[in-house]
Amino acid sequence: MKQDIFQAIADPTRRAILTLIAIQALTPNAMAEKFDMTRQAVSKHIKVLHECELIKPEPSGREIYYHFNAKKMQEFDHWLAQFRQNWETQFNQLDQLLTTIKEQKQ
Amino acid sequence: MNNDLLFDFNVDKTAKTVYITREFNAGQSLVWDAFTKAELLDQWGAPAPMRAKTKYMNFEVGGRRFYAMVSPDGQERWAVQEFTSITPKTNFKMYNAFADKDENRELPGSEWDYNFSEQNGITKVHITIYNESFERLEKLLEGFKIGFAMTLKNLEDLLASLS
Repeated sequence: MKQDIFQAIADPTRRAILTLIAIQALTPNAMAEKFDMTRQAVSKHIKVLHECELIKPEPSGREIYYHFNAKKMQEFDHWLAQFRQNWETQFNQLDQLLTTIKEQKQ
Repeated sequence: MNNDLLFDFNVDKTAKTVYITREFNAGQSLVWDAFTKAELLDQWGAPAPMRAKTKYMNFEVGGRRFYAMVSPDGQERWAVQEFTSITPKTNFKMYNAFADKDENRELPGSEWDYNFSEQNGITKVHITIYNESFERLEKLLEGFKIGFAMTLKNLEDLLASLS
């Protein structure tokens, strides 16, 4: 199953990985070293982040560097902005309805 | 239009929770009715040009509202709200899940918590939406997409203000 972006971000280690590679692309080995984790544990986190497209692998020689995919995070923020916009529209509609009801009562 | 009324929209991504606060220029009783009576909900509960259509609503603990968001071309997106807790005029909680037209729910859904309070004739409504998964939250928006072209300009302004 495709990984969910909420689940991906909810984990503190994965957030830390994202913060780190947003500054500089890293190999899995470098991540393991920086977080004092086993290579296996790092691989698990990479898998989750990669599956929801928050990070992108880029081979360089024999190594694979993982980059932060800012576009995916922007998509998420964009979606939230739309969600907010919907609420704003609905609440403005409710303002009008409340005004109408209050006028009818008078 | 209502610039003097508070509107707060916050997202805690790590807690998978959306927090919304809005003030309304009306008494608590009336605002409560607008959120809990089908005939009123249907008049504002979907962003234009979408509209809300309630098939039935039993506003009681364990009761349900079965409703649809209807697009201008007549497409319907059904959902079920199940009321899990009600404290008249001050709080209610519900579990919202999308459904087919025969009321079969697609689980998991999301948990909604509404709080109402009044001060000097202004009623404040706090809404908390908890979603286990972003994909489910994403679906909340699926039915709304039609209206977006018109509000793109607003969206740009909003994105500018958020960044």
